Amino acid sequence: MSAPDPAIRTTLADANLQLAIYTNTGRFKDNRSKAVSPETLPEYQDLRTRAAEIKQHTLDFLDVYLLQLEAAVNANGGKVIWAQTGEEAADFVLQLAKEKGANVIVKSKSMTSEEIHLNERLIHHELDAVETDLGEYILQLAGQRPYHIVAPAIHMTRHDVADIFEEKLGVAHDTVIENQAMTARRVLREKFLQAGIGITGANFLLADSGAVVIVENEGNARLSHSAPKIHIAIAGIEKLIPRMRDLAVFLDLLGRSASGQPLTSYTSIVSGPRRAGELDGPEEFYIVLLDAGRTKLLADVEKRESLRCIRCAACLNTCPVYRKIGGHNYPWVYSGPIGKVITPQFKGNEKDPWLPFASSLCGACAEVCPVKIDLPGILLKLRHEAKPDPKDTRVFGLWSWLMRRPAMYSLAAKIGLSWLGRQPNGWLNKVPWPANSPSGPLTAWLSERDFPAPPPKPFRELWVERKVKERKK
Amino acid sequence: MDSRDAIFERVRSAIGRKLGQKPLPPPEPLLRVSAKTVEQRLARFRAALEALGGTVTLVPNFASARQAVETLVDGQSFVASPHPFLAQCGIAGMPYANPEELRNACATAGVGITSAYCLLAQTGTIVLRATPQEPRLISLLPPVHIAVVPQDRLLTNLDEMLSMIPRPVDDSSAMVLVTGPSRTGDIEQFLVRGVHGPGHVHVVIVGG
Ligand code: SF4
Repeated sequence: MSAPDPAIRTTLADANLQLAIYTNTGRFKDNRSKAVSPETLPEYQDLRTRAAEIKQHTLDFLDVYLLQLEAAVNANGGKVIWAQTGEEAADFVLQLAKEKGANVIVKSKSMTSEEIHLNERLIHHELDAVETDLGEYILQLAGQRPYHIVAPAIHMTRHDVADIFEEKLGVAHDTVIENQAMTARRVLREKFLQAGIGITGANFLLADSGAVVIVENEGNARLSHSAPKIHIAIAGIEKLIPRMRDLAVFLDLLGRSASGQPLTSYTSIVSGPRRAGELDGPEEFYIVLLDAGRTKLLADVEKRESLRCIRCAACLNTCPVYRKIGGHNYPWVYSGPIGKVITPQFKGNEKDPWLPFASSLCGACAEVCPVKIDLPGILLKLRHEAKPDPKDTRVFGLWSWLMRRPAMYSLAAKIGLSWLGRQPNGWLNKVPWPANSPSGPLTAWLSERDFPAPPPKPFRELWVERKVKERKK
Repeated sequence: MDSRDAIFERVRSAIGRKLGQKPLPPPEPLLRVSAKTVEQRLARFRAALEALGGTVTLVPNFASARQAVETLVDGQSFVASPHPFLAQCGIAGMPYANPEELRNACATAGVGITSAYCLLAQTGTIVLRATPQEPRLISLLPPVHIAVVPQDRLLTNLDEMLSMIPRPVDDSSAMVLVTGPSRTGDIEQFLVRGVHGPGHVHVVIVGG
């Protein structure tokens, strides 16, 4: 089953884009390799195993940890909001914004809120909802969705940013990256100081402490949860881990897997609204816990492990498919191997049936995954569940019919081989059939390769001859 | 049924558990704590923070701490936390009467001076905990952050902190691990410091 999308061809033909994707993911990939090498982190494999076990355990007993989290959040003076759907989560934010008269809302990067199109919904209701991560801000101005889970604007250059800032912010065309970052700082600082609500995602939720953990480098998440009067963290129910102590394992893996950093610049652990005597920090603190399809995945014992994902994007950076087709050719906000694995499970396998098939199953993703998700294994399961292509069914049906009849098979092989053996090299190219026409499915493959002429005797015959000889000895 | 109950019901049926059924104990995290001498910790902290573009100044006493801070501030406007350790060093934290005053001071100051909950040598990290004596905006809004910390608060790593204090946010509403200056690589992976948080981070460690 092949991807129908001509957009993929456009991406492949864009030399600048190809270079940008390749070098940027390459740098992440190299930095990760160094940061988890046996010389730098000898206990890396033990950490992975432990992280996978802790996450799996939390999922297997999720009801208990959700209750624990809720009790701890309440005890700290915060509140848990339960949302079955993205609409419900957005409605809560809208309602609160209206009640409190908060017209400006600052947001820090969160894939979960991308998933539920939170910004679009807020803006639709005439709220000034601003992305504050530099990459996300550029994308919001450009009207695009993230290209990558960790580095949302890796497909853009300083020239693109100069154009976007000039057009949308009315500043002079400037291609100096430092200046562009400082322009964003200036514009967004104003927003932080005006905002009535700050929205963040969560990398982890700590059941024992009732806390949200947010990992970042820029400081926009810190500003989002420190400056406005209200802090809302939106997170999927799979983000839980049992204890604060578990961070010793997870933080060491997340930063290294994502960007090769032992720790990112800022790790915030927010456990509630400001306490008595404090002069800053939010007065109200909410955690919105989102289902939106997660319990469906949880119920699938064989694929439940895909909820262990900590969104480090290591699998994207190492994936030979992602590194060619980039992030926007995947049908949903989650791209790369993890996108391929969870999109069919959230959205239904029928919607983009080609997705689990667009993989060479090379296994590079599973090798780098810090929580040891068997990504290729799950892709195979999804392929198995997919409705088969009638064309494939016919070809493989014939094949399997033949394979089940050894005498017929050997006869067919004999005839086929004797004919094949008489063909010159490069013969398959010259066969006049539709698969070989300029737009045929085999043409590109054969332009670089030849179908080698088979040996005169197949292995089965050689084997029998040898057995006979041995017996004679 | 409201959303809370609906989600709980779906979760329980997904994982095949009944209300009140006991869970297995969670696997233990891997806490890696190795004893390091003060010298080793100081050397490691300095190397780690300097690699990220921060600076470390080691001083023997309160008076020299104050002097080191004065040199770093270099005549710029500053805000300082009303933290007892800063007071001991003679670094005056203005008593802010209300949130607005504090916020405005932070929004306009060139330098923010804080102490810290502890330091982590392995990663060059400053651990800040929000309290009435340590407001969050002082280390966040000004472009320069100076942390003045007694040497006995220098721990080996996060694992050591968590093995000593397994739930450090129970008596605070927020904890932030600050590891170097604010940075971004969002445009062409070109490193720019100070995009939202402070672009300059200085730590003054007070020995003795
Ligand atoms: S699947 Fe694994 S490697 Fe990919 S983003 Fe999730 S945690 Fe990272």
